[in-house]
Amino acid sequence: MFDRQKIEEIAKEKKRWEQTTLTNWVKQCPERRKEFRNHSGITIKGLYTPEDIKNLDYMRDLGFPGEYPFTRGLHATMYRGRLWTMRMFAGFGTAEDTNKRFKYLLSEGETGLSTAFDYPTIMGYDSDHPMAKGEVGVCGVAISSLQDMEILFDGIPLDKVTTSMTINGPASILLAMYVAVGDKQGVPREKLGGTTQNDNLKEFFAQKLCIFPPKPSLKLSTDVIEYCARHLPKWNPISISGYHIREAGATALQELAFTLYDGIAYVEETLKRGLKVDEFAPRLSFFFASHNDFFEEIAKFRAARRLWARIMKERFHAKNPRSMWMRMHVQTSGCTLTAQQPLNNIVRTTIQALAAVLGGTQSLHTNSFDEALCLPTEESVRVALRTQQIIAYESGAANTVDPLAGAYYIEDLTNKMEEKAMEYIQKIDDMGGAIAAIEKGFFQKEIADSAYRYQREIEAKDRIIVGVNDYTIEDEECPVKLLRVDPNVEKKQVERLQKLKRERDSRKVKEVLEKLHYAAEKDENLMPTIIEAVKAYVTLGEITEVLRKVYGEYKELIII
Amino acid sequence: MQGERKIRVLIAKPGLDSHDRGAKVVARALRDAGMEVIYTGLRQTPEQIVETALQEDVDVIGLSILSGAHMALFPRIMELLKEKGLTDVMVFAGGIIPEEDVPELKRIGIKEVFGPGTPTENIIKYVLENAPKRS
Repeated sequence: MFDRQKIEEIAKEKKRWEQTTLTNWVKQCPERRKEFRNHSGITIKGLYTPEDIKNLDYMRDLGFPGEYPFTRGLHATMYRGRLWTMRMFAGFGTAEDTNKRFKYLLSEGETGLSTAFDYPTIMGYDSDHPMAKGEVGVCGVAISSLQDMEILFDGIPLDKVTTSMTINGPASILLAMYVAVGDKQGVPREKLGGTTQNDNLKEFFAQKLCIFPPKPSLKLSTDVIEYCARHLPKWNPISISGYHIREAGATALQELAFTLYDGIAYVEETLKRGLKVDEFAPRLSFFFASHNDFFEEIAKFRAARRLWARIMKERFHAKNPRSMWMRMHVQTSGCTLTAQQPLNNIVRTTIQALAAVLGGTQSLHTNSFDEALCLPTEESVRVALRTQQIIAYESGAANTVDPLAGAYYIEDLTNKMEEKAMEYIQKIDDMGGAIAAIEKGFFQKEIADSAYRYQREIEAKDRIIVGVNDYTIEDEECPVKLLRVDPNVEKKQVERLQKLKRERDSRKVKEVLEKLHYAAEKDENLMPTIIEAVKAYVTLGEITEVLRKVYGEYKELIII
Repeated sequence: MQGERKIRVLIAKPGLDSHDRGAKVVARALRDAGMEVIYTGLRQTPEQIVETALQEDVDVIGLSILSGAHMALFPRIMELLKEKGLTDVMVFAGGIIPEEDVPELKRIGIKEVFGPGTPTENIIKYVLENAPKRS
């Protein structure tokens, strides 16, 4: 970007500055620490100049927004045209409770729905299963059958909203229920828009909500990708997720590298189904965390977009530019929230959300300040949503495209994140791919080590967390009103489910479960049969049970 | 000269949630502090936890839960410990456990509850001071 002569001149001047101005200043006023590093372990210099990005080629590395390699953003005008989708993750209690919260969020200006399911649903258990005891509706909404799903979306026209569902092992079942609700509302399937997380690979080393072993889990994810490519053109079949990798303790760099590697694995697996890359890649979507280090996060988002574009073009020979698009959802980082002085979390969330916006996200969830203590209340969710609205309408951050481009520090960091992520990708390739790396415990060990290092840094006060290891308040009283889920939820939900099981056509249920068993053994794409099953009010637990019999259950590889 | 028996700790994850970052960090910190640590892995039923405690002959159990199901699961664990005669095992807990639940948990025999942000060094100190003495 700069001519060589100018760079040499700057380098010479920098040397002079270091020997004079800088040295003199540091003598009077030493730096706060010997070395500054970001979370990924990259050393941060005191000053960046054009010399640091002397090899940056504008057209090759940045280009124009809406064009390859998409570093500056996926769309030509970015937020000057349309703001990002403000999508708040919500779900608790019964389907009625969450339906009410959805309607509240939509009335407050939210622009897309995002569903949190309770743990039994996530693990493929009906609300009346013994493993569900004490967990029904606690951390998300309980959905055991199509009946619950009909209540969840009652009065919400599915052709007017898009819905994201955080569900992995049973993703095909929940998507089938959504399709069935859409059919009942008379919405054509090609109009159904939304996302199923459906990223089963990261479950084995990050979110760890695994039901089946790695191979059948990857098969189920791929079923959804294939089915959507053929039948649900507006549905994002997968949200390839770094968020959980990060929350489990990974650094930003590990999050970036492992997520993109999972992406590679899904593309390879889907290609085996006989689809061409441009037939499904445009609908692959991504999900990242936004943590505390502002510039590291912005660089990560920009590097992720560029790296994915390059992988799709060079490794998979995609032709359609949309196949090279990394469309991303970002959530501010849950693990940075502190139980101590919880109002401080509003500030953390603001910085993280701003990083996501400056990084060019398509969609954003902001955490509520009370989430280190409980599920968010209406009031705390409103503050979180308002945070996004303030960034959007008041801060000016949305008024120009990729405003930090060209900053020496940002561009250097973007380059480093990409380079180092590529090193990881090469290493995992050499290991034999994502499943081999999971089976060897590679990701698990990398993440556990980073998590432990992070905690040690906090305890050694090498990393200050305000309110936790410095600036603490003695005998702090909890200043927030906590949300408690109604203890009758479990009883109500179990009663409804048992009534349904008594009243439905049990012959049809038996018949379709047998059909599913057969299809699973024959290794067919299970989506059509699962849609048929949910429409007959076969429950999530019953479907998962059949699959457990065919595929077996995952046994955790324990790595401390 | 016979060395003192190392404190044996079981770090257990009851409930369906999968937030094991804290449990693993605590397990590793206790191990680095010289204790013998067994980690159960995720989603253990009360029966499985108590069975492991018995088999492994542990002095201390650390329960980690972030799903909100502690009031449903912890009493069952304490009851089973009693049934199996493991009354001298010291039990502590951590995770997302609201302050208002703590008195009831202490009443049923959980010695201490550590909230988010607790330094591992406090947990190590607590275990060293409160683990039952055996030779």
